Amino acid sequence: MADAHVYAPNATEYIVHHLAHWQTSKQQSIVDFSVINIDTVLFSVLCLGLTLWLLYAAAKRATSGIPTKFQAAIEILVELVEDQSRSIVHGNRAFIAPLALTVFVWIVMMNAIDLLPVDLLPKIAALFGWYAAGADAHDVYLRPLPTADLNGTLGMSLGVLLLMLYYGVKIKGVGGFIHELFCAPFGAHPLLWPANFLLNLIEYLAKMVSLGMRLFGNMYAGELLFFLIALMGGYVALNTTGVLLAFAQVIAGTAWLMFHILIVLLQAFIFMMLTLVYIGQAHESH
Amino acid sequence: MSINATLFIQLIVFFIGVMITMKFIWPPLIGALEARQKKIADGLAAGERGRQDLLSAEKRAHEADRAARERAQEIVAQSEKRAAAVIEEAKVAARTEAERIAAAARADVEQEVQRARQMLRDQVAVLAVAGAERILKREVDPQAHAQMLTALKQEL
Repeated sequence: MADAHVYAPNATEYIVHHLAHWQTSKQQSIVDFSVINIDTVLFSVLCLGLTLWLLYAAAKRATSGIPTKFQAAIEILVELVEDQSRSIVHGNRAFIAPLALTVFVWIVMMNAIDLLPVDLLPKIAALFGWYAAGADAHDVYLRPLPTADLNGTLGMSLGVLLLMLYYGVKIKGVGGFIHELFCAPFGAHPLLWPANFLLNLIEYLAKMVSLGMRLFGNMYAGELLFFLIALMGGYVALNTTGVLLAFAQVIAGTAWLMFHILIVLLQAFIFMMLTLVYIGQAHESH
Repeated sequence: MSINATLFIQLIVFFIGVMITMKFIWPPLIGALEARQKKIADGLAAGERGRQDLLSAEKRAHEADRAARERAQEIVAQSEKRAAAVIEEAKVAARTEAERIAAAARADVEQEVQRARQMLRDQVAVLAVAGAERILKREVDPQAHAQMLTALKQEL
């Protein structure tokens, strides 16, 4: 492909290219609901498929006798989720506990894409693009990390918001839910109704946005740092600075990779725990 | 950092994933966990029951052992007592027998003495008469002095 298109971007172009999504059409404004990020959807669905396949493989062979090591590993997860959901949510957990398990494993899978070399999947995509459509590598965009796309994380936190509202209505009834919207936290005096309602509105929005933003921010920052570390390797040359840069990339890349393993798991755990806490709060009356 | 329809697709994917987990994955896994928990609890309970059974069996065995020992001791004591009684009875019987024999012997001796005394009396009378005859150098009429002689005999 070297003869077809020599593509040598500078640092800014490199990062901008990496941060661009594979989209159905180029997005012009900040909010545009006619556009879909194909890469986010593709990798989300792939990760979900992998998650469900993995869990289903364990579920299919689940036995109450002596478990295999694989079953035991999945059971550790299930037990973790079951314990957490039992201590946080007081009510019927037939939906909530599986929800927490799915969220946790799915987000771990999606976050773990960040541990792949940053250029690996885009380069493969560029090869495909060139062979399939003759596209120039510069025009093939791929951002494989779904949790570093605000749409990906806000999509999930929107789901959590809907569940909070659903359980709020289900547990307290429509009347009770509306009563709480207007009468908590300050009191039931009619003069306080607007203040209560406003505060509740902000609270629900803040919960949803912070839940999505937290995961997005962590993964976006991690991804960006990987780009920057990869950039050091881009300046490798046969002189003192160039060789030092190669070393720097190896050391910084290794260190950040190891640290990022923690973030991958931690952020997935935090997302799961907050999902449980928010849904648990929807079960409690003020 | 731009919002688009991916958001809603992600939302739908999210719920599909959760639904599949709820339907096909969570129930068998949690069921297996709970069944194993119950199995282990049952096993532990059975173990504890076995231990209790063993303890009570040991206690019963100990009890039976103690009862048997007591019974044996009782039997030994009874037989010792019985033996002592038998010996005592035998002693009493022997003493009585001995006394009876001794009494019989004494009675025999007494009888012999009486008989000897009788014979002696008879002979004393004869001797006395013979002595008197000699002394008096004359015949004494036995009939005439029979009364006196009988009186003399009585004095002996």
